[in-house]
Amino acid sequence: MKTLPLLLAFLVTTSAAHADEVQVAVAANFTAPMQKIAADFEKDTGHKPLLAFGSTGKFYAQIRNGAPYEVLLAADDETPAKLEKEGAGIAGSRSTYAIGRIVLWSAKLGVVDDKGEILKKGGFAHLALPNPRLAPYGVAAIETLKAAGVHDVLQAKFVLAENLAQAYQFIVSGNAEVGFVALAQVIKDGKIGSGSGWIVPAGLHQPIRQDAILLDKGRSRPAAAALLAYLKGEKARAIIKAYGYEH
Amino acid sequence: MAPGPDDLAAVWLTVKLAGVTTVLLLLFGTPLAWWLARTRSRLKGPVGAVVALPLVLPPTVLGFYLLLVLGPNGAGGQFTQWAGIGLLPFTFAGLVVASVLYSMPFVVQPLQNAFEAIGEQPLEAAATLRASPLDTFFSVVVPLARPGFLTAAILGFAHTVGEFGVVLMIGGNIPGATRVVSVQIYNHVEALDYAQAHWLAGGMVIFSFVVLLILYTLNPTGRKARRV
Repeated sequence: MKTLPLLLAFLVTTSAAHADEVQVAVAANFTAPMQKIAADFEKDTGHKPLLAFGSTGKFYAQIRNGAPYEVLLAADDETPAKLEKEGAGIAGSRSTYAIGRIVLWSAKLGVVDDKGEILKKGGFAHLALPNPRLAPYGVAAIETLKAAGVHDVLQAKFVLAENLAQAYQFIVSGNAEVGFVALAQVIKDGKIGSGSGWIVPAGLHQPIRQDAILLDKGRSRPAAAALLAYLKGEKARAIIKAYGYEH
Repeated sequence: MAPGPDDLAAVWLTVKLAGVTTVLLLLFGTPLAWWLARTRSRLKGPVGAVVALPLVLPPTVLGFYLLLVLGPNGAGGQFTQWAGIGLLPFTFAGLVVASVLYSMPFVVQPLQNAFEAIGEQPLEAAATLRASPLDTFFSVVVPLARPGFLTAAILGFAHTVGEFGVVLMIGGNIPGATRVVSVQIYNHVEALDYAQAHWLAGGMVIFSFVVLLILYTLNPTGRKARRV
């Protein structure tokens, strides 16, 4: 069996010479921009990102229980901080890759005015928002309602979605007349693409910081470090901005 | 950390939902199962297939279509609004409708099997004694099919308790109306509140085991029960 060590050596050298794969866990709300960034990243560096999209809470449980992800793009800044503190993330590797914006949105034209006055006027039975216990976007929605002084009045009309995609679904199906979603979900060419909406001024809520972190499995993996660096580059920034996030 | 008032409210709501669903399914499922067991109609195949659909469909498919059909733009939603009931998504009544559809095969199939197992002879004997069909049903069929009714009721109840994907789709997580135990567990887990999640999740494991234990103890031959 002299060929076996040779074969192994061949495999090792070829994979080292060629580009690497990198396993990335991505917050579901960042799906569309990340697919674009990943394609560019692969073209520019030769490294191949394998993307998994899902909820940050589930990724946390999976990472703590041995999931093979090397990089996490979270939907918040708390989960990466927690992972770092618990030793599952590499200390000092955290950074904010996107800052989310929320929109008060209706699937119908002319329902939501561009100042959000509808919150005070009412005239709707359901207000959809992501569950603030699970999603930072939901927390921002609650803060916005409090800033407008209508939180307590409207609370009975809340319909809590498990995530942003479900909030969008509740509204687009007409079951909730209005609701809060991410700007990234409704933006098209820099404007709200369909229905009517009010882009909530950033000053009405705490910034929705989405942080990335290098995970323990990505330690000393060049492709993982390269991806994190790439997210901060001009090309990635332009894509992130075009999808309605700030950087 | 003990279970909080929110958790207890979710448990009570779940029991209420499963109870109402089981009663409705026994009322409407019994005639349907009887028809499926006795008919020679060509519709037997298609109707049986529709009843069994929730066994195969992912619950999210059922929930997604219910959200669209029962919404203001859907046929069901327009009917309920016309009838003055309003819209069903995000209400307890909406969850009952969804649960009846979702748990239907678990009630109808054990009943149908039990009715088929009775065969012709007891019915013919009752007819020669001049018993009316209704009398025959209640005096002959129901006692003979008792294990089937028990299996149907237990499975219908337990399966509704375990419902998640459908509720997630049309529920809206409203305390006291649509926030059932499975959704509450999901919330705890997603919020990384594992201690709270264990109370409910562990409780569900014990509940499910006890239910199945009762089922297998009462039906030791287990022909129907094994279909679970």
